[in-house]
Amino acid sequence: MERNEKVIVMKNVSKVYSTGKNQYRALNGVNIEIEKGEFVAIVGPSGAGKSTLMNLIGCLDTLTEGEYYLDGISIGNMKDNQLADIRNRKIGFIFQTYNLISKLNVLENVELPLIYMGVPFNETRKRAISALKKLGLESHLKHKPTELSGGQMQRVAIARAIVTNPEIILADEPTGALDSKTGMEVLNILKELNKEGNTIVLITHDMNIASNAKRIVTVKDGVIVSDSCVEKLKEVGVCED
Amino acid sequence: MRRLMLFKMAFTSVASNKIRTFLTMLGIIIGISSVITLVGLGEGTKKQVQEQIESLGTNLITVNITSRRTKGLSDEDIELIKTKPGIKNVAPLLNQNGIIVKSGTKTYSTTVEASTPEYFGIRKLDVESGRSLEKDDIESRGTVAVIGQDIVTELFPLQNPIGQSINIQGVDFTIVGVLKSQGSSAGGSGDDRVIIPITTAKRLFKTDEVRTIYIEGTSREDTQLARGYLELYFNSRFKGDTSQYRVFDQTSLLETATKTTESMTLMLMGIAAISLLVGGIGIMNIMLVAVIERTREIGIRKALGAKRRDIMIQFLIESSTVSLIGGVLGVILGYILASFLKSILSMAVYISFNVVLFAVVFSIFVGIFFGMYPASRASKLNPIDALRYE
Repeated sequence: MERNEKVIVMKNVSKVYSTGKNQYRALNGVNIEIEKGEFVAIVGPSGAGKSTLMNLIGCLDTLTEGEYYLDGISIGNMKDNQLADIRNRKIGFIFQTYNLISKLNVLENVELPLIYMGVPFNETRKRAISALKKLGLESHLKHKPTELSGGQMQRVAIARAIVTNPEIILADEPTGALDSKTGMEVLNILKELNKEGNTIVLITHDMNIASNAKRIVTVKDGVIVSDSCVEKLKEVGVCED
Repeated sequence: MRRLMLFKMAFTSVASNKIRTFLTMLGIIIGISSVITLVGLGEGTKKQVQEQIESLGTNLITVNITSRRTKGLSDEDIELIKTKPGIKNVAPLLNQNGIIVKSGTKTYSTTVEASTPEYFGIRKLDVESGRSLEKDDIESRGTVAVIGQDIVTELFPLQNPIGQSINIQGVDFTIVGVLKSQGSSAGGSGDDRVIIPITTAKRLFKTDEVRTIYIEGTSREDTQLARGYLELYFNSRFKGDTSQYRVFDQTSLLETATKTTESMTLMLMGIAAISLLVGGIGIMNIMLVAVIERTREIGIRKALGAKRRDIMIQFLIESSTVSLIGGVLGVILGYILASFLKSILSMAVYISFNVVLFAVVFSIFVGIFFGMYPASRASKLNPIDALRYE
């Protein structure tokens, strides 16, 4: 595991939304560095700017000021299509509401990012099946998402996130729509993935969920108010800082 | 491979909402089927008129001496005309209407046409049984006759007329051939005639005056050329008095008729185009609704790495799939409708492969054209807004 490789570097990043004459500064000079193999939780109350931060990290949005390097690539001035490519190759999304496409079956949903990547058909299928096997869903390949339980759906979403071998897995309130037991299962899967070397960024408002990570970054009013190792809060995990 | 997968996804999506897809298609189905039926009707009428005219011979020029003040055409005239360029065959015609022909006790009033063997070729008269007139018949002033189907029905019902004889003004003629049925056209029944050698007729009717000649050009173009020469020839023969003769050809008649039917076809196509336009707007409407409805799906796809082009292509494939299937169904429905008109109402309908091809290609075009705006809107959606959309 290369510990010193920085996957995410944000320098003095700000995001300003303007609606007509009003300007709203959602993020105000955020500095953050995330190394390969980390498991970081970004926490904060609603309206603190964590969603904005997640959108920026996930290359769903462009920043107003500052610099953002993802895997060494400057994201700052990228166009729509370039951002789409970066999202496709470097980021695996896990959403609160799973965001599976209901018309497509489980297998097709997981194949989707590979199709957009331009992976040949045979390989697409092979990779999607192996990702689903890893999450214990090999018997549900032909099911429609609506035929699955919430936990199963989130596992499909995780399979879809890891199928492209992304640099980071970005999980936005992944347990928000699940009961605590299945929520715990999902968190354990994320921990397992982290153990295998995946970089995971978890966005949540719940400290109990966040405490599963190794590092907790707290955002408030558009700035990072604390960035600490979980070790200090709870005596589990390892953190170099 | 990637394109193929996009196709597959589009089909899945089209198939997932069958009733709506069908209703959207309905506009195209009605549009295309009306194109097929109406154009089929137009083309059928055109073909029917064309066939009628062509059955008279396309390379045919008719010369009539309309004035009673001059003598008719002589054998020398005919020999001279034969030497003009672009002319394949010339046949003089001497015809007498209302001639009573007899067979035993039966009598029948018909038209006697007297000509040469070339007449059969020029007027496209085929013999059903027996033979047509031959050179020998002309030279020997033979008393032989070729009769039309009406004569057979009237004088020789349920008999073989070949070898029998008929009496025309006191002279017995041996029947050597029976014409194939010509059907009836604007000029009356084509089966009501007796054809005899011109040399015989000249004696029989005590006349020397040929007032009608038929000329066959070597080709369609040459017919126009030959017509020009004929005009010149008769102009000088009648010393510039154009009121004494008339030269006309089938090509000009055909052109007039074709123009008329073509403008009809065009009008019908216009009506059909309007219904297709309405169908296209229907597709656009539904696709716009689909884009809004699927905002979230578009957001997910974009988050997963779909580029603008991918989204655009997906929606275009969907709209053109709907319109293509609609087009194919429309062709089938149009064909059924046309067949119905043909068999039940015995209307002339002709559906050409080109029209079908045009209809199918055009329906795809309609789908792409009217799908373009909704697809472009979908492709420009912001992924964050789209993901947040409920």
